[in-house]
Amino acid sequence: MRHAIDTVMVEQRAASFTRRSIKTDSKQQGLRLALSMIDLTTLEGKDSPEKVRSLCHKAVTPWEGIIEPHLPSVAAVCVYPSLVKVAKRALEGSSVNVASVATGFPSGQYPLEVRLNDVVEAVSDGADEIDMVINRGAFLSGCFDEVADEIAQVRTACGHAHLKIILETGELETLENVRLASDIAIQASASVGPIADGEVFIKTSTGKVSPAATMPVTLVMLESIRDYYEQTGVRIGMKPAGGIKTAKQALHYLVMVKETLGNDWLNPHLFRFGASSLTNDVLRQICKQQTGHYTATYDFSEA
Amino acid sequence: MARLTVAKTYKMYIGGKFTRTESGRSIAIKNLQGEVAAHVCHASRKDFRGAVECARGAFSTWSDCTGYLRGQILYRMAEMLEGRRDEFASAIQTMQKMTIAAARKEVDASVDCLVQFAGWTDKFQQVLGCANPVAGAYYNFTTPQAQGVVAVIAPHTPSLLGLVALLGAPLCAGNTVIVVGSDVNPIPAAILGEVCQTSDIPSGVINIVTGVQSELYEHIATHRQVAGIYSAALAKKDRVEIEQGAADSMKRVRFSTLDGDDWFDGSITASPWNIEPFVEMKTIWHPSAC
Repeated sequence: MRHAIDTVMVEQRAASFTRRSIKTDSKQQGLRLALSMIDLTTLEGKDSPEKVRSLCHKAVTPWEGIIEPHLPSVAAVCVYPSLVKVAKRALEGSSVNVASVATGFPSGQYPLEVRLNDVVEAVSDGADEIDMVINRGAFLSGCFDEVADEIAQVRTACGHAHLKIILETGELETLENVRLASDIAIQASASVGPIADGEVFIKTSTGKVSPAATMPVTLVMLESIRDYYEQTGVRIGMKPAGGIKTAKQALHYLVMVKETLGNDWLNPHLFRFGASSLTNDVLRQICKQQTGHYTATYDFSEA
Repeated sequence: MARLTVAKTYKMYIGGKFTRTESGRSIAIKNLQGEVAAHVCHASRKDFRGAVECARGAFSTWSDCTGYLRGQILYRMAEMLEGRRDEFASAIQTMQKMTIAAARKEVDASVDCLVQFAGWTDKFQQVLGCANPVAGAYYNFTTPQAQGVVAVIAPHTPSLLGLVALLGAPLCAGNTVIVVGSDVNPIPAAILGEVCQTSDIPSGVINIVTGVQSELYEHIATHRQVAGIYSAALAKKDRVEIEQGAADSMKRVRFSTLDGDDWFDGSITASPWNIEPFVEMKTIWHPSAC
């Protein structure tokens, strides 16, 4: 089941995606696509209901300025479980989903019962998507069955809600481990029952550990998704999170997705960015493209 | 065997790093005898944009410094400038027919100008700000605050002093600056990057690009992140182009009218009234005891 990974070649290949020339119309389309794929995230101890409501407003209407054609909404708002109800109410009637981190995010160092309960409550409060963390301690100790079993139980607890499985690649040490964790996450989810396209995502990081998402790590995970698709025809989603701050980086990731998985994955049902500051940089670039003038950071609201 | 002189190729100074232009272009700078004295980067609009991002990133670091600390850092920069007195004097002489004594005088005036601005950093607030008389149980204060990113378009002469005088004013108030070096003699600007690097100026507070100034006017004027523009001795059509571009984002645009010997008068070049265009006035009400 273990795949050997050639780290040097993965890095080379990942770097090659940053050298595509994307200009004018394709750039504009790429930026708008990236905007529609963002999980607008706030995961801080100081988050308040008002901050979340304000973020939800930005999620639906990323910018108040006049721009043609209209800007898309982002894909989801991602919050802690205690703020799911607030987000759900604020997003009522919009196309934006509520995603909640759960399972004792970000460490996951809680008894399984507590973690599962975390999921059940977030779902009953209205979360459309659950971002879980895997048990890295168990994974690094070689207890792969335990990791897989927990993922399966979380998927069961999710019910109708979509599941994103955070590998926390910054703690997994090697790309081989990243590949193995990706494979375990996908297989464990599939063991519970059939997976509809985009019902299960694998996600790089919590954003609380450095390094977070990098292109080589994301490439290894995309290859795991590709191989699973070739074997079974099931499309697993991908979410790099943490450290993607600029529109240029986002376009590099889109190139990587297109050239690894194909056009099917170039939509918010199968690919997401977990980010907060990325949104404004994408907006700045969209405005620059349309008006020809560079914009200021203070032209856009923080939340 | 005659030795082949190694002419320097200057890089730009952006975000605390010496970088080449992304465009790959360069300009050969010829001295008065028509020989190539150095090569400098020919910046593109993207280099300018990159410099704005760096200056924006450094703004809170610089504007949050106490005036006292900013003064110490500017003084340190003056010390470093003094240490390169001869290098600057010969750089000035490269393009301008003048005696070495006159060139040194310009360097000395530049050092003195910087020292004066170093002195103003914790004093201009008292001159520009005030306690306003109001009827009621309140105090009412007006205090100057840094604006943000300011672009300085360096005049061709005096090639070092003009640059330092225009740079000092916005810097003193806590703004971060992008200098566009003179295209007639960009060498003093290019060397100034090395002065910044060896003094304690935080990365991104001073950014120096070189190239053809007129190519950049439009981009400087229309970039919404640029809060102010400071220049001197520009032709009328250039001033019009800049003011029209700047209107949309309501930038502060100032064209200094300094000329000739005025540049050498520290009471004029380092006047707090040259700082005033690059601050925003904040007025606050505060309940008084009675």
